[in-house]
Amino acid sequence: MTSTNYINADYGIWSWLLTKDHKRIAILYLVSITLMFILGGFFALLIRLELLTPAGDLLAADTYNKMFTMHGIVMVFFFLIPSIPAVLGNFLVPMMIGARDLAFPRLNLASWYIYMAGAAFTLYAIFTGGVDTGWTFYTPYSTAAANTKVIPAALGIFITGFSSILTGLNFIVTIHRMRAPGLTWFRLPLFIWAHYATSIIFILGTPVIAITILLVAVERGFNFGIFDPKLGGDPVLFQHLFWFYSHPAVYIMVLPSMGVVSELITCFSRKTVFGYGFVAVSSMAIAVLGFLVWGHHLFVSGQSVYASMIFSVLSFLVAIPSAVKVFNWTATLYRGSIEFAAPLIYALGFIGLFTIGGLTGVFLATLGFDVHVHDTYFVVAHFHYIMVGGAMMGYLGGLHYWWPKISGRMYPEWPARIGAAIIFIGFNLTFFPQFLAGYLGMPRRYHMYPPEFQVLNVMSTAGATVLGIGYLLPLTYLLWSLRYGKAAPANPWRATGLEWQTPSPPPTDNFATTPFVTEEAYDYSSVPEAELV
Amino acid sequence: MLERLGLVPPQASTVAVQTDLLSTFLVTVSLFFSILIAATIVAFSVKYRRRSERDVTPRIHGSTALEIAWSVIPLGIAMVMFGWGAHLFVTLKRPPDDALQVNVVGKQWMWKVQHLEGRREINELHVPIGRPVKVTLTSEDVIHSFYVPAFRIKQDAVPGRYTTAWFEATRIGSYHLFCAEYCGTMHSGMIGQVIVMEPADYEAWLAGGGVSAAPAAAGGAAGGGQDLVAAGKELFEQKGCVTCHQPGAVLGPQLAGVAGHTVELQDGTTVTADDDYLRESILSPAAKIVKGFAPIMPTFKGQLTEEQVLQLIAYIKSLKPSTGDASADAGTGKTGS
Ligand SMILES: [Cu+2]
Ligand SMILES: [Cu+2]
Repeated sequence: MTSTNYINADYGIWSWLLTKDHKRIAILYLVSITLMFILGGFFALLIRLELLTPAGDLLAADTYNKMFTMHGIVMVFFFLIPSIPAVLGNFLVPMMIGARDLAFPRLNLASWYIYMAGAAFTLYAIFTGGVDTGWTFYTPYSTAAANTKVIPAALGIFITGFSSILTGLNFIVTIHRMRAPGLTWFRLPLFIWAHYATSIIFILGTPVIAITILLVAVERGFNFGIFDPKLGGDPVLFQHLFWFYSHPAVYIMVLPSMGVVSELITCFSRKTVFGYGFVAVSSMAIAVLGFLVWGHHLFVSGQSVYASMIFSVLSFLVAIPSAVKVFNWTATLYRGSIEFAAPLIYALGFIGLFTIGGLTGVFLATLGFDVHVHDTYFVVAHFHYIMVGGAMMGYLGGLHYWWPKISGRMYPEWPARIGAAIIFIGFNLTFFPQFLAGYLGMPRRYHMYPPEFQVLNVMSTAGATVLGIGYLLPLTYLLWSLRYGKAAPANPWRATGLEWQTPSPPPTDNFATTPFVTEEAYDYSSVPEAELV
Repeated sequence: MLERLGLVPPQASTVAVQTDLLSTFLVTVSLFFSILIAATIVAFSVKYRRRSERDVTPRIHGSTALEIAWSVIPLGIAMVMFGWGAHLFVTLKRPPDDALQVNVVGKQWMWKVQHLEGRREINELHVPIGRPVKVTLTSEDVIHSFYVPAFRIKQDAVPGRYTTAWFEATRIGSYHLFCAEYCGTMHSGMIGQVIVMEPADYEAWLAGGGVSAAPAAAGGAAGGGQDLVAAGKELFEQKGCVTCHQPGAVLGPQLAGVAGHTVELQDGTTVTADDDYLRESILSPAAKIVKGFAPIMPTFKGQLTEEQVLQLIAYIKSLKPSTGDASADAGTGKTGS
């Protein structure tokens, strides 16, 4: 590398910790969330080992309860929610719209510090005794019964929320104000639409969870009667407030992933996306409708029958835009020129797992069905298909696809393909048996379980081993590629996005001259042969 | 058949079969669409795999007709699923009028059961086959959830209020009772059995005395072998309710016949005297004052266990308007507040 780029532009720890460059901040997030993922994965490993046998023999009951709680908190709030937006979104949103940075670079850096402050509180809670309320913090257990480190964990989530809010704000302003000339709304890459929709959820939803979780801390700390009926509060109110955010939060995790998948499928089939307008608008429809379905988590809580019916029907409606996306991605492949590079394998894996996760979500929206499987492993399997199958496949697919741009190095193709396949297989081996265990009646969050569920649990643990190995592969070869990978050309995939018009890795200012956009996105049929690598 | 394949838990209630039928429908429709999508992707992947870096692809922007088709058809199917699910849900939410009554109180980490006839048990629930059973649930501490997979029913037990579930067992045997809502250390130990018996065996079991699995610890003083109404009556006298609420008394509203009827309140609104209202009137009497009465009743919060409150409610419900007593006029039902 001879040219100056954002990585070698400056040296020393402070050049990173005080950077205002959105690309460097993305790297800060990448490192932080990877460490959190490893921590969350470690908790998952202990959970799966404990569940190998029906008896509670590896961990004490309280320890087990802390494991699934901290697995959930770390993975949801400190890995999945920031994953694509804070890493890939941070890196790519300005580059894809031809901007030099986000609208508020300092605020962007502040967001990372806020994330780290939240993480510090939560890690403090984890390493000084742990939390055992479940990541859902249901009251009055969390406020009146649990005697673990609920308050610091809650404060950690409260603080991290602001990081999301500010990132969302930054994205929205950037997308509105900083698009390159000629880049009209309907010429935007679908990745941008997805991040726009996600940002709306960040801004509208996150304040609610932040306040709700703060109220838990207040009731716990000062005996303020909000949720505990013994203090005159309403425990079910907590569930309404919690899911008002936490259902849309699922879309925070999965919408950016959908944006990534749209990029990958078009690039590796060399086709313009089928039904661009429908895919773009469906992201917005999901973001809006997603706010109206939270009550589907309360079908057995004693919520009124009529409320349940309304939440049920709205939950069916929100499934339609997701289905539309899947159909459009499939149609995009038609008459394409499909290359099975690792990112595409991840994208197709996403479609498979998301379809299963989405359809089982439809099952759960079905009132009579939900009564039986609510709070069982069926639900556990369903949301892992969405959040790990969906969000994680999209994240890894995107990380591979943009890795040459981010690092300036190519990842090794064959290990990556094998890794993607192992993750796909391992994932299904882990979580498919849980659908069966759930329907057979195994409740979630059980430290011990009746022996008839053992076979399915052993299968699940075996699958988790495969999945774990699958995750170690990219971790290893991506690090390896930083040193030994082939130097990446500016546009190794012959892709159309503006981010590929800069060198790999890009200079600090992204573009020497502001690009001028005259074409729609995904104009693959017109890429001239001269650009062949 | 599903049961023999090990795909579903025992089908031991009327609802179990209906739920499994709905599940079969959902799975079939989903399989059809998943296979369709998967097959299409595989077919395209093979047929349109990259042959050369110079492959030229056509520019296809989409098709509004297709978009409408693949929005409207899934929507139609979704509405069928919704309707079917809602129909089953309404069945689950409407206990038949002739159902047997059982009270179940969740507590970290046990299920305490009170039969109307007086028997009490812990982590066991004996029921007769072929008769609807209505379970009234509450909790003494955190939220629990009453889950019997073999019956395909689940209902949260929420502290501070009553929820209900019902089932009609169709097969003799004993089935898992789980707590499905995470409730702390021994959440996974909060399990028990629902034992379905022949009606004659059940009668014999009921008559077997009240002290069964549940020792006195579970219910406090007013327990033993008495039925709920008798136990409630004893409490009613012991706790002094009788002073203001006995027939002819003027300080408190008359209770006979009030249960299930409309009550007029001081602020002009009305309320139906359901279990939740009766519970609130005992524990937080100031919350709703009956028209024409002063807010003088002391609270019994902290002085009664949830089971005792249920006994008092059973007693209040058993009171029939006595003849010739003007204040027990059915038109303006009144109750203790
Ligand atoms: Cu939801
Ligand atoms: Cu419980």
